[in-house]
Amino acid sequence: MTTPPTPGLSGVPSRAPASAPASSDSRTATFRVWRGDATGGAFHDYPTETSTGMVVLDAIHQIQADQANDLAVRWNCKAGKCGSCSAEINGKPRLMCMTRLSDLSLDAPVTVEPMRAFPLVKDLVTDLSWNYRVKKQITKFTPRPPDAPDGTWRIQQADVDRVQEFRKCIECYLCQDVCHVIREHHEQDTFIGPRFFVYAAALEMHPLDIADRIPALKREHGIGFCNITKCCTSVCPENITITDNAIIPLKERVVDEFYDPLGKLVKLFSRAHRG
Amino acid sequence: MADFETVHHDVLVIGAGGAGLRAAIAAAADGVSVGLVCKSLLGKAHTVMAEGGVAAALGNVDDRDSWKVHFADTMRGGQYVNNWRMAELHAQEAPARVRELEAWGALFDRTPDGRILQRNFGGHRYPRLAHVGDRTGLEMIRTLQDHGIHQGIDVHMEWTVLTLLTDGDRVAGALAYDRERGRFRLFAARAVVLATGGVGRAFRITSNSWEYTGDGQSLAYHAGAVLQDMEFVQFHPTGMVWPPSVRGILVTEGVRGEGGVLTNNQGRRFMFDDIPENYRAQTAADPDEGWRYTQGDKNARRPPELLTRDHVARSITREVREGRGSPHGGVYLDIAWIKERLPHAAEHIKKKLPSMYHQFKQLADIDITAEPMEVGPTTHYIMGGIRVDGDTQMTNLAGLFAAGECAAGLHGANRLGGNSLSDLLVFGQRAGAHAAQFARAHDEAAPDPRQADEAARIALEPFSRPSGEGPFQIQQALQGTMQELVGIVRRDDEMTEALSQIATLADRVARVAVDGNREYNPGWHTALDLGNLLTVSEAITRSAIERRESRGGHFRDDYPDKDPSFAQFNITVRKGADGHMELHHETIRPIPDALQQVIAEAG
Ligand SMILES: Cc1cc2nc3c(=O)[nH]c(=O)nc-3n(C[C@H](O)[C@H](O)[C@H](O)COP(=O)(O)OP(=O)(O)OC[C@H]3O[C@@H](n4cnc5c(N)ncnc54)[C@H](O)[C@@H]3O)c2cc1C
Ligand code: SF4
Ligand code: SF4
Ligand code: FES
Repeated sequence: MTTPPTPGLSGVPSRAPASAPASSDSRTATFRVWRGDATGGAFHDYPTETSTGMVVLDAIHQIQADQANDLAVRWNCKAGKCGSCSAEINGKPRLMCMTRLSDLSLDAPVTVEPMRAFPLVKDLVTDLSWNYRVKKQITKFTPRPPDAPDGTWRIQQADVDRVQEFRKCIECYLCQDVCHVIREHHEQDTFIGPRFFVYAAALEMHPLDIADRIPALKREHGIGFCNITKCCTSVCPENITITDNAIIPLKERVVDEFYDPLGKLVKLFSRAHRG
Repeated sequence: MADFETVHHDVLVIGAGGAGLRAAIAAAADGVSVGLVCKSLLGKAHTVMAEGGVAAALGNVDDRDSWKVHFADTMRGGQYVNNWRMAELHAQEAPARVRELEAWGALFDRTPDGRILQRNFGGHRYPRLAHVGDRTGLEMIRTLQDHGIHQGIDVHMEWTVLTLLTDGDRVAGALAYDRERGRFRLFAARAVVLATGGVGRAFRITSNSWEYTGDGQSLAYHAGAVLQDMEFVQFHPTGMVWPPSVRGILVTEGVRGEGGVLTNNQGRRFMFDDIPENYRAQTAADPDEGWRYTQGDKNARRPPELLTRDHVARSITREVREGRGSPHGGVYLDIAWIKERLPHAAEHIKKKLPSMYHQFKQLADIDITAEPMEVGPTTHYIMGGIRVDGDTQMTNLAGLFAAGECAAGLHGANRLGGNSLSDLLVFGQRAGAHAAQFARAHDEAAPDPRQADEAARIALEPFSRPSGEGPFQIQQALQGTMQELVGIVRRDDEMTEALSQIATLADRVARVAVDGNREYNPGWHTALDLGNLLTVSEAITRSAIERRESRGGHFRDDYPDKDPSFAQFNITVRKGADGHMELHHETIRPIPDALQQVIAEAG
């Protein structure tokens, strides 16, 4: 990624041919950015120059470079791959690096605020440590013994494809941010949230894994709190169908295992068989 | 000494990308206590961005592959100034390291008989890159992270190391600050592993993130360790060029591996125009043979788009300079054309290159299944870095180890795609294991208190300057200098000019001022990165001036040819007694006959 363009010191490389339609639609837009820390804060308006192709993160960087050096923001890849730059843009949880200004109306100020479900550190940066603690509580990957004498496994592509959707997760935590169980009901101690249902689903449906996470999902991880509003699915930048493909199948497994003894027996048998 | 909070670990690993995580896991497996420090949150390091794959001679797709061919390919790619011992170990151990990832939960794409699938990549003779679509790095870092969190490693996220602390000629720990609160902490350790990645932020157009400010190289240098091969910077041929805000973002080589072709504004596949002599026998004679190669025909040779990165990048630069470029100063990369050859080509492209499809669609309004991309070179990787022992990864400073992109040796003058992810695994593991061994064999050292005090004092200075220049402006100026004067095509006069600009910039850095307080203050963080950027920029420039020939990633307009006398040594950089940078020629140990034989046989 290039250095964010700044007025005067243009980000357009000097080598670009003169014919390049540089910044043809450049105009000033206002960004209403949350500034503050755990003790309080307020929105501040920053007018800044915008140009073709810019994303919200570019605007934030430009403001940071020219007007507010200490504006706190996380980012790394600037290409939607690392999940660092999550924020709420005009009230919607999104990645700043993948939100193009051309998709927003610049006639009114664009509001940029931190994810509201997590404790604020400063400005756009929140404390995500809870997510890291939750992950540790989920039983880790536990493979069946290798299939071949050289210690390797044989896996069909179709079985890989089944879980790849979940493994695309970039841990942006936007789904956690939007989920009402966390955001409004603050059930952090008893509910792991959609990101970790996706994680649990990736492990449960992993072609090699033989651990059983279903009892924990029901008892400690609070899958029952999810009432399938699908808000998480609608914000996922990786388009993971969190509710339909991860949460609902896990809920079904919970039902099978706890309320359908016959189903449970069949499952135990097939597990033993696989192992 | 100021009263720093002090944390003790047997092994301190600095950096939590692939190399750092693998090192921490290896050290923990040895039963010592391990601390892992990183600037970003866990799982966000550069490794997460890797796309194409991890190179290992598993031989799953073509059983003619073996560690020997991988070794020979790596040496040829590196133009024979590699540390051959590292190239040997890397080729031998990469398969086991990749399989181990599978045992920890990674899921790679499969062959029809259920083994790990491998894809073609530039400079690799056989399909060798294990991959998951085009998000291999994510799979790798997540696997290491999810395995690592259960190994009893203490993770310190969003802490930035400011300086290494020494005890005589031994490393003793590090002083760091936390980004969140700006507090200092002293990490005392018996052994330290640097795994801090690269230097791309020294240039304006780069695929690298804010983290790549050359910290590890600079920390090591100032602590007395030696750097080598700093002139060898890889400019990846295909970065995005338009719109301006995405300039530099990587377009994976996988696009070419799947059949993508490069054309100029006359529609010509210019890569066929200039095929280097030493690759001619391995390169397709015509477009049809090239296409067959990308589709797995074992009797076909690779298309010239898959020549080494340095060559492809220079060919693109030539087309642009000679007026045959695309409207925004790049050339065209076309994968959409494969619809002439494949049914359901659009679906195929989306399946094989999902994140490229996504990236262009979302950031450039381009549908790569229907139209060509515009691409141009972008600063991507540094082959040079901290000089280490090939077996143990220890530097010349006792107890200090380095692995991954911040270490030098494996890749010589040019890195092959996919050889970095495997580098992280092989040498991360080795560095971690040897660091643990060192820690068990040695008592805790006593960090020199003055070093920590001094580093803390200097770090806080920008706050006490009532007025001064902002850090972002200085960073941009430095990036401009390196981009224009020490970039893909280099000349003595321009680089000499760069050195004088770097000196001026050093004066500006000494006067940098920041607003606000110590809590999560990117202005301050950037100000602190500037010193590291200056150190590595100077090392790159001085080494590049010294190498009066063209080789691999280093191209000199004034010395356009390879000079065999420069193949005899590596250029090293160390801090002289007077505090200035000293350059040396370090003779390369002769390759043992057995390995020479391997190179000869592999052709
Ligand atoms: C877009 C892109 C695509 C790529 N694709 C491929 C590919 O397909 N195949 C391949 O082989 N290679 C690829 N590469 C190269 C490869 O990804 C990198 O070389 C590799 O990931 C570097 O790993 P690392 O562990 O050395 O460092 P990183 O993953 O960058 O980790 C560095 C760590 O060090 C920490 N750190 C740095 N400085 C400090 C400090 N001062 N204090 C504390 N912590 C610090 C950082 O926070 C981070 O955790 C690609 C690179 C890019 C940019
Ligand atoms: S579907 Fe469930 S997990 Fe997702 S947002 Fe709604 S309640 Fe939360
Ligand atoms: S599931 Fe989607 S929204 Fe949730 S953390 Fe992962 S990528 Fe982000
Ligand atoms: S910066 Fe990586 S996802 Fe936005």
